[in-house]
Amino acid sequence: MSDPKRADVCAVAIAEAFRGDGERLCNPIGNLPLVGGRLAAATFEPHLAITDGYYTLLDNVPPVGLPEEERVAQRVIGQWNPYREMFGLLWRGKRHVMMGATQVDRHGNQNIAAIGDWRAPRAQLLGFRGAPGNTINHTTSYWVPNHSPKVVVESVDVVCGIGYDRAAELGPVASRFHEVRRVVTNLCVFDFDATDPAGLRTLRLRSVHPWTTVEEVLAATGCDVVVPDDVGVSRGPDAAEAAELGRLDPQGLRFAEVPDE
Amino acid sequence: MPGPDKRCTEEDVVAELRPGMTVGIGGWGSRRKPMSLVRAILRSDLRDLTIVAYGGPDVGLLCRSGQARKVVSGFVSLDSIPLEPHYRAARQAGSIEPMELDEGMFLLGLQAAAWRVPFLPTRAGLGSDVPRLMPEIRTVTSPYPEPSSGEHEELIAVPALQLDVALVHQHRADASGNATWLGEDPFFDDLMVRAAERAFVSCERVVPTAELAAGADVTHQRISRLDVTGVVEAPHGAHFTECLPDYGRDEAFQKRYAATAKSDEAWDGFRAEFLDLDEAGYQAKIRELQS
Repeated sequence: MSDPKRADVCAVAIAEAFRGDGERLCNPIGNLPLVGGRLAAATFEPHLAITDGYYTLLDNVPPVGLPEEERVAQRVIGQWNPYREMFGLLWRGKRHVMMGATQVDRHGNQNIAAIGDWRAPRAQLLGFRGAPGNTINHTTSYWVPNHSPKVVVESVDVVCGIGYDRAAELGPVASRFHEVRRVVTNLCVFDFDATDPAGLRTLRLRSVHPWTTVEEVLAATGCDVVVPDDVGVSRGPDAAEAAELGRLDPQGLRFAEVPDE
Repeated sequence: MPGPDKRCTEEDVVAELRPGMTVGIGGWGSRRKPMSLVRAILRSDLRDLTIVAYGGPDVGLLCRSGQARKVVSGFVSLDSIPLEPHYRAARQAGSIEPMELDEGMFLLGLQAAAWRVPFLPTRAGLGSDVPRLMPEIRTVTSPYPEPSSGEHEELIAVPALQLDVALVHQHRADASGNATWLGEDPFFDDLMVRAAERAFVSCERVVPTAELAAGADVTHQRISRLDVTGVVEAPHGAHFTECLPDYGRDEAFQKRYAATAKSDEAWDGFRAEFLDLDEAGYQAKIRELQS
């Protein structure tokens, strides 16, 4: 069997982040995360709800990247979900979001606001968006398409999404809904199933993608991570998943984000 | 009984504004922004404005023109172009004072102002850099014990985002300010209107009150004349932002706008060609471009 496409390995790793979520909103942001989230919903987590990318929650799993008319026609709408309802949903906690991260650090803090000092930024980014509210209210994962020492860092410049050190400072009651589950990158999958010497949950290498090695991942990582003895290799799609990936992303948008070399 | 006739022009609205005012602008990102009113502000000599918005090109334009002194936002983005180039430039030059909130905190700030309470509590923002970088955002201790631990939780107390004026764009309105949004998301325009001392609604079309629900249903009649000071009929007034179902975003024009951050010459050219005109002149230019 030929090697799986890199984007397909990433899509499966993203899908795996939502395994076990049952009946809640699977809300990945960005094209490849959308494909991965919908793959989970179309296969092993059939009770997930997904969004149409805008203002409704869907009870079916249509392809991504459809022209507007098709996008609207193919929706089976479970609930109207304008932005203010989304805040209601996320404050209730029945959601797992996968956001992007300009920087993510070893405790899972995320930055999408600014590079440098926020008061006088070297590079202004998006702002905090929903990251503070997401991370304190429900499960959050991150997708990093450009894994490098500048992206996976010791400590982020601005804490938007809060990590395990910030959660620990708040204490167990205030942080009881906080969970950063996975960081999926174009090189590997991290989880937080390990603690550092301070007893804080910290990045742990869960698997490396087939086109790279543990050494290469560590060289591309700007902080210490826990490396277990049995780091696996991220899997490609099985036959049913491969068929779903073809259906969910007929235009191959995912290959633009993670191309094969 | 019907309300009074509150129809007016963009210029009439701007004449009601004063330097230093706090102005809320409706819509979301590059969606349903009251752009004809923003363009009227750009033609005026209003300065030192505090702009409160889920920001898009409204914020970028008022930063570039130098009329915004402070910007309160949950984000500033052009949606299809993630980073708003003029807001970005203003932040990097230090030319505006930022207050960047979590998106949900922003909603609660508007809601607090609309309900006339000084703050609303939330978990959103706890542990993040929002309260660390913006010490004006305080916390509040719950007077009630959390049932399982007995702990009195500390929560973020989002301050009311009290607005002097709200500017929003709706699809339909009647002459006295009852207004209907079409499409699939009301955004936060109704909250903006209630968070403000005075609110001005621009709309695609002014219709008789009995026709407000046409094309939708009663649940879309979200803004009441009780909260509205003036109504501006502004067909295509949200251009170049999205105003579905009446029209989509003008992506080509948005790209042209975004490119004006590249140099002073690019901005000056854009300003002369599209902004130093009255609204009718602007719309004529756009029709010419689109034909």
